[in-house]
Amino acid sequence: MSTTMQTTKSEANTTPLQLALAWSFAGIPLLAGVAQTLVNAIKLFH
Amino acid sequence: MTTTLDDTGLPSRTLLPFLDREHTIARPGYSRWMVPPAALCVHLCIGQAYAFSVFNLPMTRLLGVSQSTAADWKLTDLGWIFSIAMVFLGLSAAVFGRWVEEGGPRKAMFTAGVCWASAFLISALGVHLHNLWIIYLGYGVIGGCALGIGYISPVSTLMKWFPDRPGMATGMAIMGFGGGALIASPLSVWLMGLFASSSDVGVLNSFITLGCVYFVFMMVGSLIVRVPAPGWKPEGYVPPANATKLMTKNDVFVYQAIKTPQFWLIWVVLFCNTTAGIGVLGQASAMSQEMFPGQITAVAAAGLVGLMSLFNMGGRFSWASLSDFIGRKNTYFVYMMLGFALYVTVPYAGASGNVVLFVACFVIIVSMYGGGFSTVPAYLRDMFGTRYVGAIHGILLTAWSAAGIAGPVLINYIREYNVSHGVPKAQAYNTTMYIMAGLLVVGFLANLCVKAVDKRHHMKPEDETDLEPARAQAAAAHAQVMPRRA
Repeated sequence: MSTTMQTTKSEANTTPLQLALAWSFAGIPLLAGVAQTLVNAIKLFH
Repeated sequence: MTTTLDDTGLPSRTLLPFLDREHTIARPGYSRWMVPPAALCVHLCIGQAYAFSVFNLPMTRLLGVSQSTAADWKLTDLGWIFSIAMVFLGLSAAVFGRWVEEGGPRKAMFTAGVCWASAFLISALGVHLHNLWIIYLGYGVIGGCALGIGYISPVSTLMKWFPDRPGMATGMAIMGFGGGALIASPLSVWLMGLFASSSDVGVLNSFITLGCVYFVFMMVGSLIVRVPAPGWKPEGYVPPANATKLMTKNDVFVYQAIKTPQFWLIWVVLFCNTTAGIGVLGQASAMSQEMFPGQITAVAAAGLVGLMSLFNMGGRFSWASLSDFIGRKNTYFVYMMLGFALYVTVPYAGASGNVVLFVACFVIIVSMYGGGFSTVPAYLRDMFGTRYVGAIHGILLTAWSAAGIAGPVLINYIREYNVSHGVPKAQAYNTTMYIMAGLLVVGFLANLCVKAVDKRHHMKPEDETDLEPARAQAAAAHAQVMPRRA
């Protein structure tokens, strides 16, 4: 039986680029959905 | 044979040890602002459930394509897909809540992602074989479990990262659940248009595509999420020395929490708020057209529904953020009192033909409906501590399932009763509005009765040891047979 020892890898500090990428990944589709819904909602006021 | 050891030198308890909580503990330098987008990755995907209805009509033409045939599915049969998913949302959140809490957010998000992608792929198989039971199993049961596990997975983690702003933190994630439909609805329509042909309505390929896209999104969320190291606090954060009576510094075990009156009072509060909101949310289009015939057209009603979706989403963030300043109990008082005033105003708006007042009432009501969902995790955290808040939140979501049945039933049956007894359609909803206002009075009284949890329910240090006896025994046994790493 062989045994594998596993350790947690060191993690670098979170960079502004990583933050921007993470927020863009989630935020851009959300903003697109909001914009599309707003366009449809405007019909209420016509 | 290979035995994988975790970083404590103990045999790993899972096949995929990188998913374990202990492997997701953040190293110094990790920004807590990475956690909200991770949570959004999950909630934006599972929020698709609110937009599932866009598939209903095309799925009634899977065989006939241009029009339904006798062998095609009926809308009433298809309606069960969403209902089953909602039931399993509540059940899985309640059943797996403790597992989610102890296993950590990455494992829960990963599981939710696998289940959510499987839900679409199995449903695609159901479409291919034209077997509705496979879709009930795929989207209804497995998808419902993904909804429940995914919904609660990031909640307690966010509150641990943002002890200074727990309402805002959970508001951001739960806002994603509201926003998921805003993305899924146009995306699904676009995909069906892309894949449709003279012999195919495009549902099958849309399901496969959505399953793959959602899987990638949710995996990204599970990879970037981290839990704070024990004892971590935001820089400069000092826990309030004079915390209010309703903000405990102690933890309550999940099964002890459901024995407290506070849990059931908050259950009633959430149930009343959700029933009232869900009733108008689902019927807003028909209600607005019937109350304002000639003034609100079908197109305008669709615009109203879109506007309400935006307020539903925005309310989740803004009301929960406000609760960090005015307190959770006061926030629910606002929901109940303002909601009461708005519900009794709707019949007046209808009678006077005031569309602007009607729309204003509805969008504020629906913002508080969303706010009720996003404020409740922080309310539970205030009452029961952070240790098991995810699991307690999971059980509380049964109030959502119950409201999902009660709200539409109240609206539909009372309207039918009124119309069948000669009440004009424009006034058929008035009774319902007053009943909803009455429900909010019940919620107000329940909220009024919420007091601090008695200290006999608080966890004691020995309780922590009792919770993981198997792990403790394994550690002891392992220490005897294998020298620890230096």
